[in-house]
Amino acid sequence: MFKTAAKYAAQELRDLPPESMISDANEKKEPEELISAAAPSSIRAVRSAFLEVRNLNFYYGETQALRDVSLSIEQHKVTALIGPSGCGKSTLLRCFNRMNDLVDDIRIEGSLRLGGQEIYSREVDVTELRKRVGMVFQKSNPFPKSIYENVAFGLRIHGAKSGAKLDEIVEESLKAVALWDEVKDRLGETAHQLSGGQPQRLCIARAIAVEPEVLLMDEPCSALDPIATAKIEELIHELKLKYTVVIVTHNMQQASRVSDYTAFMLLGKLVEFGLTTKIFQNPDHEDTLDYITGRFG
Amino acid sequence: MRYFASKMTIWRSGDPFVWLSGGALALILLLLSGLFVVVTVNGFGAMWPKRTAKLELRSGDIVLGEIVERELIPPSRTSSVEAFRLQVKRGNRDLSGSDFVWLDEAEIERISYPEEAVVIERRQWGNFYGFPARLLWRNDVVAGAGDGSWRKLEKLLAEEQNIVRQIREIERNEAAALGYKQEKLRIEIKELEKRGAQSARLASARLRGKALQREYIELEQRLQAKRQLLSGVLEMRAAGDQLKRIELAEIVRIYQPNAMSWLERLLLCGQRIIEFVFDDPRESNTEGGVFPAIFGTVMMVLMMSITVTPLGVLAAIYLREYAKQGRFVSLVRIAVNNLAGVPSIVFGVFGLGFFVYTLGGSIDELFFEKYLPNPTFGTGGILWASLTLALLTLPTVIVATEEGLAAIPRSLREASYALGATKLETTWRIVIPSLVPSILTGMILAVARAAGEVAPLMITGVVKLAPSLPIDANWPFFHFDRKFMHLGFHIYDVGFQSPNVDAARPMVFATTVLLLLIVLLLNLSAIIFRARLRKVGLSGAL
Ligand SMILES: Nc1ncnc2c1ncn2[C@@H]1O[C@H](COP(=O)(O)OP(=O)(O)OP(=O)(O)O)[C@@H](O)[C@H]1O
Ligand SMILES: [Mg+2]
Repeated sequence: MFKTAAKYAAQELRDLPPESMISDANEKKEPEELISAAAPSSIRAVRSAFLEVRNLNFYYGETQALRDVSLSIEQHKVTALIGPSGCGKSTLLRCFNRMNDLVDDIRIEGSLRLGGQEIYSREVDVTELRKRVGMVFQKSNPFPKSIYENVAFGLRIHGAKSGAKLDEIVEESLKAVALWDEVKDRLGETAHQLSGGQPQRLCIARAIAVEPEVLLMDEPCSALDPIATAKIEELIHELKLKYTVVIVTHNMQQASRVSDYTAFMLLGKLVEFGLTTKIFQNPDHEDTLDYITGRFG
Repeated sequence: MRYFASKMTIWRSGDPFVWLSGGALALILLLLSGLFVVVTVNGFGAMWPKRTAKLELRSGDIVLGEIVERELIPPSRTSSVEAFRLQVKRGNRDLSGSDFVWLDEAEIERISYPEEAVVIERRQWGNFYGFPARLLWRNDVVAGAGDGSWRKLEKLLAEEQNIVRQIREIERNEAAALGYKQEKLRIEIKELEKRGAQSARLASARLRGKALQREYIELEQRLQAKRQLLSGVLEMRAAGDQLKRIELAEIVRIYQPNAMSWLERLLLCGQRIIEFVFDDPRESNTEGGVFPAIFGTVMMVLMMSITVTPLGVLAAIYLREYAKQGRFVSLVRIAVNNLAGVPSIVFGVFGLGFFVYTLGGSIDELFFEKYLPNPTFGTGGILWASLTLALLTLPTVIVATEEGLAAIPRSLREASYALGATKLETTWRIVIPSLVPSILTGMILAVARAAGEVAPLMITGVVKLAPSLPIDANWPFFHFDRKFMHLGFHIYDVGFQSPNVDAARPMVFATTVLLLLIVLLLNLSAIIFRARLRKVGLSGAL
């Protein structure tokens, strides 16, 4: 049914517990990757780091957007990136799925690893990487296609053919974002007829339909009303059971509500990174305190 | 100061601007609807059967015909008194030389509308106005004047018209097919002779030629037998008392306009419109229908659309999606936009030079050598005309597509990339489907421009009268090398190249209306399709 072996793997692994999913997924990868994953790393801040950023410098042409950023993101946890506008949150986020590749004239130094594999290495197939690292954008951007085709798009790209299996995955994905009951009778209608928080939930369903390992969210609720926001936040709590979530947000309450870890960035630097409870109750840096209490200019 | 301030407020309130812009629109609408009304009234007004007037002149002459126009005589020529003259369509070109005559109202003694006046539409020589005298069949008088001869005439006429139709059918289908076969065989024999092929093959070919010849003679005999059946003659008395014999086979239609009821007139008008749309032209295009021109126009526009759309869309996609945006791309864009301002005749000259002579000439040398020196593709034809127009409308399609591409939000492409789609997949599955409405817009504009274009066609394949349509029953069915007729050229030809301008005038207007309607129809279908797409979304509609 699916062309790529990786898709088979993802399908079979659907119902397995998360722990075996990592090891299994890793076994399917190249041997060298396993070696690098097993290699001792001294700066591992968090247990079982899944996404590792080490001394990352990022340049848009001449301007440096990220300065020596290092952090480790744990699996099946929600990590929030906060900081004032223009501090490089989106840039960092878009490094994880190499969306920055689309921008001309960028330069990257340092190391970024997903499950031990270097993201910016030459051998990485970007389309495979993006399948493993899904993304949800600030403004919902459903395709001008039917609701069904929106969710099925990623699967079709990766070789799925129409059929009962595809129907099932679409249904599951829509159920996962609590959209199924609202749209099950009009799957064939265009997605532009959805309203309120529905398009954004559809975009999340679209992202998780390909069974990514990491879900990147760039201010997913900034265009939504409080009720729709609450629904998405609730959803994030459930999503972390299966996915590793990295979320950018300007809303401090949201960060404290949904995330397990929080990273505070300022002017391209990572100022502080740690457990959300710690960051919000007892930050080490004055800048962090100023920012989360709204005193930051 | 206060005065100034109040003036400012009026302008600021925005009302004058609303009036100004509304006025501009109203003016445009007025002009457009005026044009449409004039064209329609003149074109289809002529289809309505007018009453036939009998004008008795002071000189004793009698003129019978339709009063077409009444106009003021320029006062310088007569005394300062206001005087009018009438234009009368009196027909009977074979008797009097011209269909139309101007009569000063002062010369007219009396105007009446006799019920017995008869109008005959003929296949040749235009209308005949007169009074029926005798009906003859094989030189025997069947009916005389005024003794209820209409019944007999109608019956006889229907029979003969039926036979005429059969003859034309045979001529158009069987005889044409036979001629086509003979021509093919002639070339084959010529080819065989030239190559010095074995005598056996040549002999068989010649044998087939003989068989065709026999078939042809047989057909000719059949036609002759049918023609023999046509022997009814109607003797008519013209207004000036001359007698005129008109063969029934020559008659298209015969009626008594002054005795007709309103409903009968409407019926006749409908018949004429149908004839106009579905019949071949007669009398060097000034009468009959314009079907071949409709066919040629629609086919050419379709062929043009099929060529220009993929070409323009691909070029636009490359320009905006793949090419590195820089000075060169900007230059290309400017060049493309300016191409739209090149006079269409220049495109025609290019089409003639490149498509017809260079491309067509090479094709002839490569594939149709046996037909030389008669050119096949090396002369104007519907294919070259379509390609020339495709070139002409290319900027329209490119610009519309590029605008559509610019309007597709970046976020849409990013979403696709973020799901692991490659650039090609994103282009095919997201960009192009979202682009379809813009492509259709480009096509609508292109069709509107191409359908009305005449100049480039005149040198790339349009003719006044094409012997056969570009699609027919002879293998290979599509004859892209054939010359064709076109409504736009038809208007030019009938309106300005015709020997009988007055008679052709209604034809010009009616053809214009038809061309407008066809463009409207083509566009409307594209617009409806586009609206459906916008509403349902692509996957829903396709
Ligand atoms: N495509 C680009 N080309 C050049 N500079 C860019 C580009 N994208 C972002 N930048 C710059 O990089 C810096 C970081 O931008 P980034 O979008 O990551 O900030 P952010 O923290 O996400 O801000 P916001 O909260 O407003 O989304 C900014 O100074 C921005 O101007
Ligand atoms: Mg951002």
